[in-house]
Amino acid sequence: MMGFEIVILWSDILIWLLVAASGGLAILIAKNPPLLAAWRRVGANRVGMAAATVLLAFIVVGLLDSVHYRLQLEGKPGTQPSYAIEVLSALDAMLTPLRTRNEKTYSEPFATRLFAKESIDLPGQGSIRDYPRLKHGGKHLGENEAAVAGDVTTTALRAAALALVAWLVLAALAARRVASGGSGWQKIWRGETDFAWNAVLISVAIMLLILVPLFSLAGQYHVFGTDKVGQDVLYQILKSIRTGLIIGLVTTLVMLPVAILLGMTAGYFGGWVDDLIQYLYTVLNSIPGVLLIAAAVLMMQVIIDTHPQWFSTVAERADLRLLALCFILGITSWTGLCRLLRGETLKLRELEYIQAAQAFGVANGRIIVRHILPNLMHIVIIALVMDFSGLVLAEAVLSYVGIGVDPSMTSFGTMINNARMELGREPVVWWSLAAAFSAMFVLVLAANLFADAVRDAFDPRAA
Amino acid sequence: MLAYIVRRLLYALPILIGVNLLTFALFFVVNTPDDMARMQLGVKRVTPEAIEKWKRERGYDKPLLINSSSSGLATLSETIFFEKSVRMFVGDFGRAEDGRDVAREIAARMGPSLAIALPTFILGLLVSITLALILAFFRASAFDFWGVVLCVAAMSISGLFYIIGGQYLISKIWRLVPISGFGDGLDAWRFLVLPVLIGVISGIGSSARWYRTIFLEEVNKDYVRTARAKGLPETIIFFRHILRNALIPILTGVVVVIPLLFMGSLLTESFFGIPGLGSYTIDAIHAQDFAVVRSMVFIGSLLYIAGLILTDLSYALVDPRIRFE
Repeated sequence: MMGFEIVILWSDILIWLLVAASGGLAILIAKNPPLLAAWRRVGANRVGMAAATVLLAFIVVGLLDSVHYRLQLEGKPGTQPSYAIEVLSALDAMLTPLRTRNEKTYSEPFATRLFAKESIDLPGQGSIRDYPRLKHGGKHLGENEAAVAGDVTTTALRAAALALVAWLVLAALAARRVASGGSGWQKIWRGETDFAWNAVLISVAIMLLILVPLFSLAGQYHVFGTDKVGQDVLYQILKSIRTGLIIGLVTTLVMLPVAILLGMTAGYFGGWVDDLIQYLYTVLNSIPGVLLIAAAVLMMQVIIDTHPQWFSTVAERADLRLLALCFILGITSWTGLCRLLRGETLKLRELEYIQAAQAFGVANGRIIVRHILPNLMHIVIIALVMDFSGLVLAEAVLSYVGIGVDPSMTSFGTMINNARMELGREPVVWWSLAAAFSAMFVLVLAANLFADAVRDAFDPRAA
Repeated sequence: MLAYIVRRLLYALPILIGVNLLTFALFFVVNTPDDMARMQLGVKRVTPEAIEKWKRERGYDKPLLINSSSSGLATLSETIFFEKSVRMFVGDFGRAEDGRDVAREIAARMGPSLAIALPTFILGLLVSITLALILAFFRASAFDFWGVVLCVAAMSISGLFYIIGGQYLISKIWRLVPISGFGDGLDAWRFLVLPVLIGVISGIGSSARWYRTIFLEEVNKDYVRTARAKGLPETIIFFRHILRNALIPILTGVVVVIPLLFMGSLLTESFFGIPGLGSYTIDAIHAQDFAVVRSMVFIGSLLYIAGLILTDLSYALVDPRIRFE
């Protein structure tokens, strides 16, 4: 057993903090009947719950990828243990085959040979130009490369059968939870349950039927092909998920306190405080977002480049850059929410229950926290889910412009940026781009649909 | 009305000063000119003399705010703040890394940017409003439902995909128009078709959905009910009553971006090789040309503030309930 050292990156802390915060929020919601009723409405929304199921899968991958460690290097006994420079995550450990089985360069999905011809030395016959056999893709077939189609079909079918069994077990559990006996199935099937079990089960079925065969095939083949340096594209996609989630969630987490605090203060106190805060966000808002981000990221790069001693590993530098990007995105995006909260506080302040509290002599701070903040929560929750998809899309664009995440960090943006020129090749290398765009599309679509469900449930105007 | 415009302009001034101070802080206080020089020169060539030379060439060797070695007004004017930030107000943006005058470059590049952005804006508006109107007309039907689902799907696709996919399909496979480039005069249309088309398509999803909700808000208002009660046919109600009233929030909502059209689009211009302001900004970011990025930030906010003023004016113009006082 090799030793290892847990590495805690800043973004890991924030992501687990986020998990803890959502746990706390869940307890808060459970105690607050109107919010609970709104979440029940989200739970009854079929499209929303199907999207939430897909999102949950992405989040699990992201969380697995947020537990980092460094392996201990083999050294003489008795000496100070030294650790590998490479920072790995729990996800990396689970995907070790995908991570380590690199080819030389491009190969198509399910290919057994490289994408480009090379000179191969044959013993005794000189050298010929041909497509070299892959080191790992379809290795178990040996010389019998024609059997790929058959092998893929049988493996996929076997895995699909397994997925079906797993789904039946899950569905039976869900049915028992709805009602004991056979009536649970019926209720779910007819959509008579309060919670949209049928939508969840159908999306779980679809996901299992796609993912289980995919991963069982990924053991033998490169299902999405390999990229320029021969790395498996599926592995890169899975690693990109964490980056996307961090950009989408941590950014909001960072800007939320500022927006809530300033928005409520401006709305509640009015007067010069209001003027000052309004001036602040009008100034920030009037700089076009991309330009402000570009300027801030350029300045951050100068800081990072002139202080290399701050970072002991590449991963740490990339991580800090990612966080800085979140902060910058947060600074440029809190203004909208702040304005909404200010307007709502302005309205609440005039309501009778607040005036009654003021007449009783309740302190301002207490009024804000106890009586105004809970009534702003719906706006905050809507903003949180609505911003997510936009931020994930923005990451790709920013990475293309060169002001996104560190080039050493896998993300949808860096993948697209690296694969962009490959469409100009003859024949075309399409799989990297297609995989990155598809994965991003699924993530963003699920987030958008879920956000719509949340907005419909929480927005009093929509009811 | 003139007094109103003047007052709005006066309100805009403090905001512009705020932007100016912010960019100054960002570019000169967060990092000193020495840091920038070290970054630009690279690790190998960093000597104190090289840094001094770099700063002198760009005028960064002066004090930040107060020059105590000069006398009189020169204590304030011979500083980085005055020469690099305050002078932006009179349109002096200094020189880029390649020695060219930034202001002249910006003036020359506005044309191509506008040639892409203006048709994209107008066509996109027409197409999205039409689509939203059709969806709202068939509201609560299967057609409406799937239309909205399609809109959500369309807005979930990365803008990069529209550009890369469009270039690949139309220019590389079908060979209908050149992949990228720009021409002079009327010849430019061949280069403009594809970026405009892609710009329109990539914007449809979100804007059509947004306009549809505006139409639907209008559908339930009292005047619509009155019109129905009068026995007007649904088509007349829609195209004569609802469309006109819904256009007010839609048009006043988009007015704010009109001045920003001058800035062009970063992505479109860099992918299609359009020599506009968007690609200028991207090149400056890649080359870490601080002077150009700083100027673009200033101009961008100037145009945005102009957009805000135009929005206020347009509200007052189309809605007689709002007065100029």
